[in-house]
Amino acid sequence: MSTAPRLSLLTDVFREIGQVGILFGQALTALIRKPLERENFLQQLEDIGVRSLPVVSLTAAFGGLVFGLQTYIGFHRYIGAGSEAYGGPIISLGLSKELIPILVGLMVTGRVGSAIAAEIGTMKITEQIDALYSLGADPVRYLVAPRVLASFIMVPLLVLYGDIIGIFCGYVYNLLMGVNRYIYVKNTLLYLELWDVLTGLIKAAAFGVVIAVIGCWQGLEARGGAEGVGRATTRTVVIASILILIFNFFLSKALPANLSL
Amino acid sequence: MIEIKNLHKSFGDKEVLRGIDLFIRKGETMAVIGQSGSGKSVLIKHMIGLMRPDQGKILVDGVDICCLSDQEMYEIRRKFGLLFQAGALFDSLTVAENVSFGLERYRDFPRDEIRRIVTESLAKVGLRGAEDLMPHELSGGMKKRVGLARAIAYEPEIMLYDEPSTGIDPIRADAINDLIIRTQQEMNVTSVVITHDMTSAYKVADRMAMLYNGKIVQIGSPEDIRNSPDPVVQQFIHGRAEGPIKEY
Repeated sequence: MSTAPRLSLLTDVFREIGQVGILFGQALTALIRKPLERENFLQQLEDIGVRSLPVVSLTAAFGGLVFGLQTYIGFHRYIGAGSEAYGGPIISLGLSKELIPILVGLMVTGRVGSAIAAEIGTMKITEQIDALYSLGADPVRYLVAPRVLASFIMVPLLVLYGDIIGIFCGYVYNLLMGVNRYIYVKNTLLYLELWDVLTGLIKAAAFGVVIAVIGCWQGLEARGGAEGVGRATTRTVVIASILILIFNFFLSKALPANLSL
Repeated sequence: MIEIKNLHKSFGDKEVLRGIDLFIRKGETMAVIGQSGSGKSVLIKHMIGLMRPDQGKILVDGVDICCLSDQEMYEIRRKFGLLFQAGALFDSLTVAENVSFGLERYRDFPRDEIRRIVTESLAKVGLRGAEDLMPHELSGGMKKRVGLARAIAYEPEIMLYDEPSTGIDPIRADAINDLIIRTQQEMNVTSVVITHDMTSAYKVADRMAMLYNGKIVQIGSPEDIRNSPDPVVQQFIHGRAEGPIKEY
């Protein structure tokens, strides 16, 4: 195999990283320098946040239940009957720092990122983006900036909501299995710190930006009719999901485990 | 007004425009005719800066628009009104919001004034009372007429029409032609009409230019075009399948 195709793949990757970086920079500039498109922004808060509540509720509930279940089994098997109540802090920590941000991030990518790509992609191929330009409007300010800001705000709020549901469901599962309620709650409150929850929320804010920027970028790059919109949607879900997993690892590594350290 | 010099544009290996030279005078209506896929829409998108040329210049009122900053480009674009082939209405906005889009955001008009302009613009295109409809409730032809109302609402200096009569019944198409003429006369706008509908082109144009194979092959009055000795022009204006134009 010649090196040419490999080289072109590499230049494609760098070009795409450049495109995303430029779009993000333009969105930031629009947010800082120009008044926000208020109605558009409020609409996005609803679309990205409020309308994601059902799917986040289900995801967090079953995430909490299964994590509660496995922690219960783990304690029961390795430490012994009666020790299961000490799983409380582990469940809460694991859910708020890792599981809920990741699950919510991926679910919102599927629900919101794909919708953003499909909507903007359709606008692109039906010349609505050109129409914005022709009317003297900036598509980045009108379409991208409100979505990025709304996603940056709503994904952490969804994660906070998911934390509450998930932790509660983990607790309920253990309660139903007959663990000591008093020890479970006392240990959870003792060992779970505010910083643990905040770590998850900071990561969620980064995921929010990733989802909106990738969705907008793919939408604006859509070409060639319905097939192009389909491709943009798929690529958004794949790229944003992978980026979320990569960002999650590096942010987990970069953010201190404990603020007092 | 608009001067295009040696404009080249390729998409991948496909060379769409191969050295276009065209001068559009202030206040005239220029019809650019040519086959579907001959690059007419690409040409019009260069005029308003939606595409950047690979080579050549586009001067609008003496300003070369190829090298402008984004902000300067937005200023230039406000001189233009563009009617898109399929209307390109914003799906999520009502007809009235579509028509008032440019007015509300980028011109300082009071609300009452905007409402009056919207009603007037819609009445001009024969859609009085359609203010609260959504784009998905409109037929293709109606969408196009709303697109036209949106383009003329803020009284641009230059109007670009991308296939204004395509997809509309002949009677409506003729009404659109009348509207193009009236807009040009009342507002003294410079108009560029991209079309392959010869009836429409003959009716509205002061001058016509034929685009073929990436170049302007003939330019002149409708009469010049009608009497052109060029077999390519003759084949096109008479719509014959036989002739020098083979790609269709």
